[in-house]
Amino acid sequence: MRKQKQLATPIYGKQSFLEKLISYKKKPGSLIMAILVMLATAFTLFIILYILGYILAKGIPYITPSLFSWEYNSENVSLMPALITTIEMTVLSLVIAVPLGIFTAIYLVEYAKSGNRLVKLIRLTTETLSGIPSIIYGLFGMLFFVTYLKWKYSLLAGGLTLSIMILPLIMRTTEEALLAVPASYREASFGLGAGRLRTVFRVVLPSAIPGILAGVILAIGRIVGETAALIYTAGTVAQVPPTLLSSGRTLAVHMYLLSSEGLNTNQAYATAVVLLILVVLINGLSSLVSRKLSKGKQV
Amino acid sequence: MKQFRESAMRLVFFIAALTSILAVLLICVFLFANGIPAMSKVGFFDFILGENWAPQDVPPSFGILPMILGSVYITAGALIIGVPIGILTAVFLAKYCPQRAHRILKPAVDLLAGIPSVVYGFFGLVVLVPFVRDNFGGDGSSILTASILLGIMILPTIVSVSESAIRAVPQEYYENAVALGATHERAVFRVVLPAAKSGVFASVVLGVGRAIGEAMAVIMVAGNQARMPAGLLKGIRTLTTNIVTEMGYAADLHREVLIATGVVLFVFILIINISFSLIKRRQK
Repeated sequence: MRKQKQLATPIYGKQSFLEKLISYKKKPGSLIMAILVMLATAFTLFIILYILGYILAKGIPYITPSLFSWEYNSENVSLMPALITTIEMTVLSLVIAVPLGIFTAIYLVEYAKSGNRLVKLIRLTTETLSGIPSIIYGLFGMLFFVTYLKWKYSLLAGGLTLSIMILPLIMRTTEEALLAVPASYREASFGLGAGRLRTVFRVVLPSAIPGILAGVILAIGRIVGETAALIYTAGTVAQVPPTLLSSGRTLAVHMYLLSSEGLNTNQAYATAVVLLILVVLINGLSSLVSRKLSKGKQV
Repeated sequence: MKQFRESAMRLVFFIAALTSILAVLLICVFLFANGIPAMSKVGFFDFILGENWAPQDVPPSFGILPMILGSVYITAGALIIGVPIGILTAVFLAKYCPQRAHRILKPAVDLLAGIPSVVYGFFGLVVLVPFVRDNFGGDGSSILTASILLGIMILPTIVSVSESAIRAVPQEYYENAVALGATHERAVFRVVLPAAKSGVFASVVLGVGRAIGEAMAVIMVAGNQARMPAGLLKGIRTLTTNIVTEMGYAADLHREVLIATGVVLFVFILIINISFSLIKRRQK
């Protein structure tokens, strides 16, 4: 109760908690709602802490050097190959999706006339893409890249599937970042005789970089956590893929296989810890970057 | 030269902008071209309304009604758990929470959104499944377990979208209500929340999309038995888990039917997306 009292103070600033309670006496409905709100929030907070606490407590003891050895075999289910594959997969997807996403956003914000039919269509398709669940992406990747283009289960098929998946995210965040650049910047640049292209690359893009970066980091988070889109596109071989056309499992896929096999539960806990730490770091970085951005705007 | 570079890059940007259209087209074409023939081979109504899924039988039967119902039940269960808690938490964040606590709570909720679905699934497997088994009976992998887990997974979506909807309501609404003698709660729940209802509803629709499309977390806690829903504590299979479980070894017609399952899921998602954008348009 004491904690709730503290939380409640700013709203009821001039009333003491006791006075507040007395005023509730005549309004039981309000009291019930207030309690429900507190309970729901407490539950949400409890869930967050419980998931993090449970996974960390169970997993940290099993983070051993052998978990990070270079070779994966049935005795030592090392996560190193999966970790390296994750990094390769991330780089590959970003190399494709980031330029495409940024260029699309540049076209929409700097070149296209608003209200244009094509612009509406592009927005509609991007919205559709961002709502498609990852298993559908996986299915499509399997049908198109793996089967139709005959790439088999490979890093390339997985990377391209993921790059389509993160495209709307990068596009939207870049678009917001570009729109946030004041029009006066552009006008000043035009006034100095710069062309549209020069203005975009020398003036608009540099000032939009924090926003774009925040989006890219979010996209990395999504790639690192992805499983369903990868099982049937990149496959599940536990190796560092020697070429772009060979299969490899990312950390999340590795984690899924470990827990569904049920043989190496302790290592699954440890892998979950590594995955969680990665995601927490990535998320923290993203919000840090975007906070920098909003601070810049206030000035 | 400069003129040429300008128009060349303009063309490059334009082509980049077309990729999202191309991607949606390709996804539609490949899914439908591979899925629809299977539907006609099995027979559309036998496929959609068939109660029996036995791909290995001779002759095989490919009815996906159990999975459709499975997806619907689990999504409904997730909403029953996630929506009230999510909206009330959003109310707290927007209307009760002091700024200092908000600075901690908000990133925490965002973190919940960032946790990968395998980690959720694993958490469900090692915590929720035994919990349900010990407290409610059954073998633990059940509609109830999957609903609880998905309810947790859609929380961050509902909280953050609802919160911004509630914050978008002009402060005067609240002040006027309080000035008329309403308590804080009455003002929030009778005036502010109704004014934010389309945004809140949009958050629920987004949550539905997330719940119905979730595969990896559900597969680890739902039991995956391909049969008609038999009770809250019995296992079930959804559209998504049907694809993940069997795609690894399926061949020929079986494989095509799994792709057709994906088509059904895709159509569900499209309907949800369209209703979401309709709600958003009405908001404006």
